[in-house]
Amino acid sequence: MKPKVTKAPPAEVVKDASMLKQKEMMAAHYDRLSSARETGEKVASTFVPGNLNELLMCFDLVNNLPEVNAIQSGLRRQSGAYIMEAERSGHSEDVCTYVKSDIGMMAKGNIGPNGKQLPDPDVLMLSYTGCFTFMKWFELLRERYKCETIFLQTPYMADGKITPNMIQYMVRQFKEDVIPKLEKVSGVKFDIDRLREYLAKSAKAEDDLVYILKSARNKPSPIDAYFGGIYYIGPIFGAFRGADDAIDYYRFLREEVDQRVAAGLGPVTPDGPMGEERYRLVVEGPPNYTNFRQFWKMFYEEGATVVASSYTKVGGTYDYGFRHDPARPLETLAEYCLGVYTNRSLPMRIEMLANYIDEYEADGLLVNSIKSCNSFSAGQLLIMREVEKRTGKPAAFIETDLVDPRYFSAANVKNRLESYFQMIEQKRSGRGAAA
Amino acid sequence: MTTPTTSEIVARCQALFDDLDFTSARQWKEAEPGRKVIGFMPVYVPREIIHAAGMLPLGIMGGGDNLEVIHGDAYYQSYICRIPRSTIELGISGRLDFVDGMLFPSICDVIRNLSGMWKMLFPQVYSRYFDVPQTYEDEVGGVYYENEINEFLHDLEEMAGRRIAAGDLRKSIDIYNKNRKLIRDLYTLRAQKPWQAPASEAYLVIRAGLVLPVEEHSELLEQYIAAAAAEDRPIKDNSRVIVTGMFCEQPPLNLIKSLELSGCYIVDDDFMLVSRWLVGDVPLDGDPVHNLAQAFLHHSESTAAKYEPDPLEKGQYLVRAVRRTGAEGVIFTSPSFCDPALLDRPMLQNVLAKADIPYIAFKYAENSGQMQPIREQAGTFVDSIKLWSAA
Repeated sequence: MKPKVTKAPPAEVVKDASMLKQKEMMAAHYDRLSSARETGEKVASTFVPGNLNELLMCFDLVNNLPEVNAIQSGLRRQSGAYIMEAERSGHSEDVCTYVKSDIGMMAKGNIGPNGKQLPDPDVLMLSYTGCFTFMKWFELLRERYKCETIFLQTPYMADGKITPNMIQYMVRQFKEDVIPKLEKVSGVKFDIDRLREYLAKSAKAEDDLVYILKSARNKPSPIDAYFGGIYYIGPIFGAFRGADDAIDYYRFLREEVDQRVAAGLGPVTPDGPMGEERYRLVVEGPPNYTNFRQFWKMFYEEGATVVASSYTKVGGTYDYGFRHDPARPLETLAEYCLGVYTNRSLPMRIEMLANYIDEYEADGLLVNSIKSCNSFSAGQLLIMREVEKRTGKPAAFIETDLVDPRYFSAANVKNRLESYFQMIEQKRSGRGAAA
Repeated sequence: MTTPTTSEIVARCQALFDDLDFTSARQWKEAEPGRKVIGFMPVYVPREIIHAAGMLPLGIMGGGDNLEVIHGDAYYQSYICRIPRSTIELGISGRLDFVDGMLFPSICDVIRNLSGMWKMLFPQVYSRYFDVPQTYEDEVGGVYYENEINEFLHDLEEMAGRRIAAGDLRKSIDIYNKNRKLIRDLYTLRAQKPWQAPASEAYLVIRAGLVLPVEEHSELLEQYIAAAAAEDRPIKDNSRVIVTGMFCEQPPLNLIKSLELSGCYIVDDDFMLVSRWLVGDVPLDGDPVHNLAQAFLHHSESTAAKYEPDPLEKGQYLVRAVRRTGAEGVIFTSPSFCDPALLDRPMLQNVLAKADIPYIAFKYAENSGQMQPIREQAGTFVDSIKLWSAA
């Protein structure tokens, strides 16, 4: 007789209170989205970089973010099947897996993370910001949904600065095209004072977010600014910026972080509180979502905390001083879009990463290069070498993907990370011996 | 002076194509002190402005299949297309050491990021990301674009050490109008009598325009069109096809030849779109910067890197090209990892399917060497066109 094999119950994933709160907020938002047809609310799909949530709120539109949907699909290990569905329907294996996950998800009924169908959008707010693929993504969605598509172009900060021509172009687009079309779709007249009110709320939440991000300067860092950071950026990058929910969340998170700093604690990981902080890293590039916990574990098991990351700036570079400014509502929306991480030139990105290494006293830079994301990935080898040169700190390079599980090789990644941590140790001993 | 033959013209163009040291452009620069050369990548820059500044626009279309990429690969992961790595190779190996400026048009994120890399790798070279509008209202995208052009003009004036007068720009526009007209004539010949002007020859002739002064190129075009039209070439039982997707990373010449050998007459394509991006003549009266901007906004080609605001119009340029040239099918030829081409492809294929136009698709790289699969695929496609059209 075969012995009965009892599967061990899955280990409980530990989350801190702010992560649980964020999950509740996201769940509530997905419920709001999936019941939009019953409630009569209209839905706008848009992108995280260039997310004009405050403006969409002026028209009572519910914000749907296909990138976030793809992330949720990745975290739930559904994206692999969606991607293959999209490839079967003619999409290339070479292109962005966020797009393919979204296309595949639509083909399979557009079921959201709450298990309910997401509604067709009433408008596609094509914020062409920091990523060429966005243009094609929403052209593809436009083909399917045949709804109003509003195009907003954010010029690229190629020369490291915002010019008057860029601001004027974007403001003219808001006035001549974006706002009139949003009025038409929503049936709501634009009220600039309403926008000002939301922008003022955004700025409050942004202040607390930056405080939280900068708490990583403590030793040990009370936060993980990459894996933990994914939770922290959810509200500000998504449908909550401009709303009281975001203010409440970041105030809650700030207090939580203060308590950990006072207690000298590191971040909470899925396996419980972080042990000794042995390595402090800056990470460039998005994380892998299909093997998110496994990937994170490779860090905290070794005592590695991410103290700063570029990915947590894709929806806005608030730690560089930007705040939404209610006194200049349309100009501030333009400046917000222009300043997001992926709209910054390569030299600007290098400077940011090198500054992070110094500001957060990091041991080095890790580049997680995403196979299907040209916006991030093209040029990362130069970024890595240049940051090493400028800071004297070692850098490492791993390759994964956003939401395609076929491109996450755990053994390969773990091997490289272990070598990298050993390299950091060696450099430290070398410095110690020299001293 | 005797009129050159078709083969003499093509041989000259082949030599220009093969020359990765850009000798002719170097010689142009050395012929007079103070001359400057401005390189540009696909898809489009207003070459008239460079010309009006007394400078030579030099098209940099990657290194092709004859360039061994050693240094360039150290800058890119395996899942990025080849054109940026071969372009960096050209730069690092000193082949572009005579080029005074580089323009990176807003075509995709890879070229966009390359503009920043170039600034860091070659800080002494003027580098500009040429960000064109994707909105086409005169008071919105038009104003933005005119300001961008004027900014570029001002930069060139500084480099040239002189003002570029409106009159200079009008003269340059006139010269490029003539060049574009000749290229349109060549495409008309190819569509009407593709056996007279094979695509592999026409490619070399058009490509020569990226390294030669425009005046010289126009003369060469006139000579080729006349010579090719007069050639006694047999008509083959080929199928007429359009190839699309080759607007940035260029195909190896052997790929074009392989398509022709497998039974295709390539009657239209999107190679080197800069050569005919502006459709029709740019007006010569009035403000030339405004005219160039208007031409871009309202009278320019379509391609994957350009947003189409009208969903009903999306892909129709391809259907119109098929009808205009009498093409019997479309071959989607996209470089590996090319986001614009590969993301656009399913939408264009849907449009063709609705218009009952057959198509196939494959990928290539600028250094693809294995042509047999492509010949087989294209050959089967041609056979199927003949079979089904007969039925």
